[in-house]
Amino acid sequence: MAIHAESLTKRFGNFTAVDNISFSVEKGEIFGFLGANGAGKTTAMRMLCGLSRPTSGKAVVAGIDVVKDPEKIKRRIGYMSQRFSLYDDLTVSENMTLFAGIYGMREKDIADKRAAVLTRLGLYDERDMLVGSLPLGWKQKLAFSVSIFHEPAIVFLDEPTGGVDPVTRRQFWRQIYEASERGITVFVTTHYMDEAEYCHRVSIMVDGRIAAMGTPSELKASLGAGTMDDVFYMLARNAERIG
Amino acid sequence: MVEVSVRNVRLSYGKIQALKDVSLEVEEGSLFGIIGPDGAGKTSLFRIMTTLIVPDSGSAQVCGYDTVKDMMEIRRLVGYMPGHFSLYQDLTVEENLSLFASVFNTTVQENYSLVEDIYRQIEPFRKRRAGKLSGGMKQKLALCCAMIHRPRVLFLDEPTTGVDPVSRKEFWQMLSRLKAQGMTIIVSSPYMDEASLCDTMSLMKDGRFFKTDTPGAITEKFGKHLYEIKAVGSTVKALDGLAAIDGVQACYPFGDRLHIVSPSLSLAELSERAASAGYDISTLAECTPTVEDCFMDFDNNDYE
Amino acid sequence: MRQLKAFVKKEFLHVFRDSRTMLILLGIPTVQIILFGFAISTEIRNMDLAVVSVQQDEVIRRLTERIDASEYFTVRKILHSSDNIEKYFRDGSISLAMVFSPGFADEVFSPEGSVVQLITDGSNTNTARAAAAYASGIITMELSSGATAGQAGIQPNIKMLFNPQMRSSYSFVPGVMGLIIILICAMMTSISIVREKESGTMEILLVSPMRPLVIIISKMIPYMVLSIVNYLTILLLSITLLDVPMTGSFWSLTLLSLIYIIVSLALGLLISTKARTQLAAMLGSGMVLMIPVIFLSGLLFPIESMPRIFQIVSYIIPASWYIEGVRKLMIEGLSMSMVAKEFIILSVMAVFLLAISIKNFKLRLK
Repeated sequence: MAIHAESLTKRFGNFTAVDNISFSVEKGEIFGFLGANGAGKTTAMRMLCGLSRPTSGKAVVAGIDVVKDPEKIKRRIGYMSQRFSLYDDLTVSENMTLFAGIYGMREKDIADKRAAVLTRLGLYDERDMLVGSLPLGWKQKLAFSVSIFHEPAIVFLDEPTGGVDPVTRRQFWRQIYEASERGITVFVTTHYMDEAEYCHRVSIMVDGRIAAMGTPSELKASLGAGTMDDVFYMLARNAERIG
Repeated sequence: MVEVSVRNVRLSYGKIQALKDVSLEVEEGSLFGIIGPDGAGKTSLFRIMTTLIVPDSGSAQVCGYDTVKDMMEIRRLVGYMPGHFSLYQDLTVEENLSLFASVFNTTVQENYSLVEDIYRQIEPFRKRRAGKLSGGMKQKLALCCAMIHRPRVLFLDEPTTGVDPVSRKEFWQMLSRLKAQGMTIIVSSPYMDEASLCDTMSLMKDGRFFKTDTPGAITEKFGKHLYEIKAVGSTVKALDGLAAIDGVQACYPFGDRLHIVSPSLSLAELSERAASAGYDISTLAECTPTVEDCFMDFDNNDYE
Repeated sequence: MRQLKAFVKKEFLHVFRDSRTMLILLGIPTVQIILFGFAISTEIRNMDLAVVSVQQDEVIRRLTERIDASEYFTVRKILHSSDNIEKYFRDGSISLAMVFSPGFADEVFSPEGSVVQLITDGSNTNTARAAAAYASGIITMELSSGATAGQAGIQPNIKMLFNPQMRSSYSFVPGVMGLIIILICAMMTSISIVREKESGTMEILLVSPMRPLVIIISKMIPYMVLSIVNYLTILLLSITLLDVPMTGSFWSLTLLSLIYIIVSLALGLLISTKARTQLAAMLGSGMVLMIPVIFLSGLLFPIESMPRIFQIVSYIIPASWYIEGVRKLMIEGLSMSMVAKEFIILSVMAVFLLAISIKNFKLRLK
């Protein structure tokens, strides 16, 4: 079990951002964590990353208790978001070295692995280029590779692919499938529902609670909806917290 | 009547060619969609049509006026909602609306009937600062502000980016109602699934249009067989293996299925080849292409 | 007109709702006045002094006593040659040396006069100037007083006609006014325009029937009003708190300030046509306006003691003219006609800057 959350709750004063959620994610699973803005996704993810202490409930991530040992968790996970992932004014290899160093990898290991990863990505010849000068699609591929460079047990992807073209997006999902098949658990938070269709299993948060959980086809079938977009619409249209 | 037309427009920023020979025509009272990913050139095209940028070559007409020569006439007749949220965050909902009414030399009362439908939804928050609104409500307010002067043409640049699916749906419903009132609307989006809601749409990539048609016609003209299959076991292996089958042009993930494109193979032929390659073909079936499949299928020869 | 009214109202709302801006607007003048008025001071107290003379005589002894008795100086050393003066300056044991010529006492009443040399530490120009002025003042006063028969043949070359006590706040108030007005007008105007560019609202305004001139004017009015409020605040604080006299005409001073405010607004507008981000606008106003105003306008260092090249630069800085004008009008109490040069130069600058910034205000994005 990669992630196990039980009655996880986070309150800010009178406001219950995350209200008693429980779920598990298997090792190697691609888990979509969906919800409108303000539904509690980000708060829940912060608790799982050890950045925020739950008000009550418990969660075990990569075998580590998030309440007891939040610092240890940070070494076992990777993180990528569309908003921030790489430094545009550093080169491709500098970015890799930097982030691998942050996660405590030894220099020798970094050098060996960097060459291998760059070759696999087809970016070896671009290793000394500034990240800012790369096309968006390449940046995204690189950002994902960097986030799993230190072989984390779980990688958290925060709205990873908004606005990219369909071809690039598929290349990106192929990378995610590869990581998942190597045993890395992938936890994707997004409010783009078409992205949700690619996940093995998804949960949909509405007003701080998990309103539905299952494979995309199960959810569509149970609600008689054609797409995940429709599923989401049916579950979230009566939300109290307006997204 | 053609309300907006663009002819052979080119635009460069230094070495980067943002628009490479783009043309379009939009009929009065229709909803026209420009669909393409980030960096396709959508915003540049919007800025040319709204007189904000002068193209390097080519021309554009809006309501019969030239975007370069008759800039001020056009600025009176159109409404524009730029790509990122562009209202005054520190002003309240009603302050924003009445400011924009004044900017366009009108009053909220004069055209209230036009925005009433939308404004009613945000009216409970009229004393709230725009910066404190949720994404969906900001969008509605921005739309109200963009059309408070009853424009003839409404330009909406990526109005649904970053907005949750519920608000997106409501937003498109609002657009249909506006269209019913006779307004010409040009809207852009990176979401392929939104394309089907337009009367006419253009698919855009790398500064070019490569297909312009009704959503139905675009998918009908896919012109190839499209199959779907559920991967059993390794998705990566299935993607590579199925793409390697003789006669298969491409295989890519599509939600929880894989899509297989083939110009020639029938379902029976593909089943046989896939089965002999060791794949579980129990879920293999022909399927109807979506706009996204059309977008994926395009290659450089397809430019208009 | 309705556009203008609505827009000006909106600009005021921006200012009133941003507590940080309000703090800067209201806090800076007060802090600056207090800072410059009290903390940064060139006033002189008990400055260490050396008297150098080959022989001691009655006149020199009396002068030495006089100087030592004043609150400004303390005589630390009596030297017979000037050989070691530089060493004493370096180790900080003295800040001023008064060197009498060998036949001082005899020559002082002769028709040719005699020479006393005042050596000061030029690394601190303002203090040095003040110290020299004080010392020569004491010498002149002593020699022309009744105690000495006949007429003293010494000609003091520095006169402290206005501000005889050399109160430093007098010389700083005009400088602070020059600085604050340019800060408020230029920085705030440029930032508020660039903020609209950054947030995308400028795009909407451009794609509207609003005339660019209306946008410009409505951006200028609020900051003009705020600057006038600031100008009045500084004036009030200076007069009540720092006892700076208002010897000249209030209305002339206000008119001069208005012209300077327009120059500053135009500069802000010019910066906003170049800057893309609020940060750039802020740095731009800081680099292009604040630093020259602080260092080259005569606010901190007297223009006369600057190298030639900086003097030339100071002539093109509007603040130099404004500060000079305020000094003349406020401290020296001169009439309008005596400040005509400053008025004319600032007016020309205002028209010129306004013209280029309006011309540069882009109607399109590219």
